[in-house]
Amino acid sequence: MKITRVLLIVAAVAPLITLSGCQLNPKKQVLAASESQVQLRSIQTRVFESSDKNKVMRSAISTLQDLDFIVDNADLLLGSVSGTKFGKSGTKMYQLKMTVSVRPRGGKQMVVRANAQYNLEAIEDPKPYQDFFTALGKSLFLTAQQVD
Amino acid sequence: MKSSRCILSSVIILFLLALSGCGGIPKDALILTPDTIKERQIQSRYYDTTDEEQIIAASAAVLQDLGFTLDKSETKLGFLVASKDRDATSAGQIAGAIVYAMLTGVALPTDRNQKIRVAIIISPSLDEKRTHVRVKFQRKVWNTRDQVSKVETINDPEIYQEFFSKLSKSVFLEANNI
Repeated sequence: MKITRVLLIVAAVAPLITLSGCQLNPKKQVLAASESQVQLRSIQTRVFESSDKNKVMRSAISTLQDLDFIVDNADLLLGSVSGTKFGKSGTKMYQLKMTVSVRPRGGKQMVVRANAQYNLEAIEDPKPYQDFFTALGKSLFLTAQQVD
Repeated sequence: MKSSRCILSSVIILFLLALSGCGGIPKDALILTPDTIKERQIQSRYYDTTDEEQIIAASAAVLQDLGFTLDKSETKLGFLVASKDRDATSAGQIAGAIVYAMLTGVALPTDRNQKIRVAIIISPSLDEKRTHVRVKFQRKVWNTRDQVSKVETINDPEIYQEFFSKLSKSVFLEANNI
């Protein structure tokens, strides 16, 4: 009987532990971020050596398309591009949304920042952003090298 | 002992459920794959003109021909996105659901409606003598219970071929003011 009681307690606690990762006040999500502002920016930002905003933005758009995103919105003046990807991982379907912003810095550089959400969560892991910037770098490099 | 086994199995299931919510973004979600080039070829065509504006106008017109409504555009970046809502019922799926209902008495939801989205990106080719057009279709399907039953990128080469043949026609029509 003791074992049963222990198991019962575990059974009761397990979902509570699961829930503790969840939120008590969903409204707090409005301004929620698990990483610090500085850290997040460093994960999500790269600088590219280019003075051509239009070209960098077009590269960002084509990179998003290569990665199977549909571009939802793009604005040259604001320097923003957003896209949605409907992907499949095994049998699970997922939705990935991403915004890329391009901002000139000095006369010779472009600051590119990306942020993404996977289904209902923000991506704050550095790896996916590294992958994205690698792909974007390739696209810019390919353009510069006249390789199609 | 039976109840303890029952509780034990429920504990295991709870943990599995808790884990299934995790996992996060798939590792390959933002990585270019060898398929990327193949897909790019299927989704792209070059047009022998440097008049980007003409191709954008022809693309918008062909989207209208296909019943899409334009959602957003930024001509300075050669970008258009459009969508349409359509019926998604499939006779085969309904027949399957009926047979299943007859056998089990449980009604399965079937696909009901879908939103089809298309994005077109127009850019000068690298030699700047031609215009490159890239198009991509996506669809999202809802079932009779109003749940999203499917999200996917359309990768059938025939669909893209047909689209580009319509676009070629549209470019011709636009050029001749028809």
